[in-house]
Amino acid sequence: MSIEINGQTIETDEEGYLTNLGDWNEDIAKVLAEQDELELTSNHWEVINFLREYYDEYQIAPAVRVLTKAIGKKLGPDKGNSKYLYDLFPYGPAKQACRFAGLPKPTGCV
Amino acid sequence: MAKFTVPVIAEYLETPKLQPDVMQGAGPFVAKPDMQKALGFPEQLVDDWQHVALDKMGELLKKYRSLQVYMDACVKCGACTDKCHYMLGTGDPKNMPVARQDLMRKVYRRYFTLAGKYFPKLVGAVDLTESVLDDWYNYYHQCSECRRCSVFCPYGIDTAEVTMAAREILASVGRGQKYANEIIGKVYTIGNNLGLPEPALRNTLEGLEEDIFDDTGVAVRLPLDEKGADILLVTPSADFFAEPHVDGLMGYAKVFHQMGASWTLSSHASEAANFGLFIGSYDNMRRLTLRIREAALELGVKRIIFGECGHAWRVAYSFLNTLAGPFDFLDPRYPIPQHICEYTYDALQAGLLTFDKSANDHRVVTFHDSCNVARASRMGNMAGGQFIIPRALIKASCNHFHDMAADTIHDQTFCCGGGGGLLTDDLLELRVKGALPRMQALKQVVEQHQVTHMAAICAICKSQFSKVLPYYGFEMDQIISVHQLVGDALVLTPSE
Repeated sequence: MSIEINGQTIETDEEGYLTNLGDWNEDIAKVLAEQDELELTSNHWEVINFLREYYDEYQIAPAVRVLTKAIGKKLGPDKGNSKYLYDLFPYGPAKQACRFAGLPKPTGCV
Repeated sequence: MAKFTVPVIAEYLETPKLQPDVMQGAGPFVAKPDMQKALGFPEQLVDDWQHVALDKMGELLKKYRSLQVYMDACVKCGACTDKCHYMLGTGDPKNMPVARQDLMRKVYRRYFTLAGKYFPKLVGAVDLTESVLDDWYNYYHQCSECRRCSVFCPYGIDTAEVTMAAREILASVGRGQKYANEIIGKVYTIGNNLGLPEPALRNTLEGLEEDIFDDTGVAVRLPLDEKGADILLVTPSADFFAEPHVDGLMGYAKVFHQMGASWTLSSHASEAANFGLFIGSYDNMRRLTLRIREAALELGVKRIIFGECGHAWRVAYSFLNTLAGPFDFLDPRYPIPQHICEYTYDALQAGLLTFDKSANDHRVVTFHDSCNVARASRMGNMAGGQFIIPRALIKASCNHFHDMAADTIHDQTFCCGGGGGLLTDDLLELRVKGALPRMQALKQVVEQHQVTHMAAICAICKSQFSKVLPYYGFEMDQIISVHQLVGDALVLTPSE
């Protein structure tokens, strides 16, 4: 599978995650979100940017609780909960937000 | 929300109208060449796959005498036909356990029985063609190896073993499943299903210590790789990552704290789950299990305790010693291995834990028996301990507990719908439909007893229910860890 963007072809796996994480840019995130009929707002970007920063440091997406805590610290306690994150990313903050952020899909019993 | 029709929960669980081939399809994603290679399987479908498959089948029939018996013994009595949650949820007759098994049995008859070799049509024997192989791949990934049908089989035929054999044959010809095989590869390279490296694990655990301190004012530790600890806790990596699993992990830590136990997690064995079981591969199951032995030796522990993980407990309880033993370096005064529920139960029986049950008064709880714990293992030293002990922990922590209907619990429990290597998004329709019988039983206790939460002791069950509960009108957070209930009610004393 692949997506077309600005005349370029970007490869994805069968679930829509980028094959080469280095291909990622903000336009790609927008296209991936459009596939799920979502428009990325500044609230989405807060999460996506945090995921990418965490991934840079740890080579894995943060645990859901690490993410909620970080978002709560940044945007206020009313947003530091999984309900807020599920409202933003209905298919789950771990999987859907990782896809938009160009990170691999979390695997296992999750 | 769904691109498929979600079954409607009726007043009673009804056997659906049969819809032949309604679940026909390509099955879950096939493993990529590198995922196959890492597990010692061919990278893609081999040219002479038919010969390789039949050789493998012959090998398995010799190696596992049980498989030979299961191929020969079925008399088509029909007792299993309406016992499978996938059959009940989809109506596809090939999901009747007998029919799913027969996908292999008719090939077995063709190549391994005299009648089938000479008079195939008379005995319903068929050649192993590519379309038969496709059917295997599709329908042997519509069995969660939960073994509910086996409870009702008068011959005790274990459908899970047939499914495992089929999957092993499939992987051996180059048709492994992506979800399971990718995950097993991650354990080999990183140490756990998630691919959580040691620094990330350490950071996560430190965060959880902070959370417990913020909540309770008590410094409860979650130690990692501490040499010389008495207890090695091996738990599913989902416990580090997902909700509601992580609350269960904090619950174990609180119990250890309260017992003054010396314990540690290991970054080398940071996974209890053993997906080698799901794909029927003894070699991979053993390789995964050996990591636990290596960690125990490296850290010099005296005991091994498993966290809340259904099939991990099955592999540990039934096979740990034969796969990775002898464990003569562990303290023989304790069970080898031990389940976290047994540990907490023993402490409870000894009067060493104090509970404030009112902490759970906002919850009315029921318990979902996980299939691999219920039907393939035991806890404690009494028959049925695997049913009694988790319920005893819940009742010690909560004032309000109600069981679901008797034919949906204990050894007759229904699978969550995501077990056996099927907890993957490419099988979501199957997972949602397969959850129907459990959802039906849950709805009943919700209506009769105002149940608010269903507790479980399996990472797969917890993730599966978080995902599928909303399809049936429940909230995703109505699934909860048993050790969250324990942890919330446990009265903690500060460290000295």
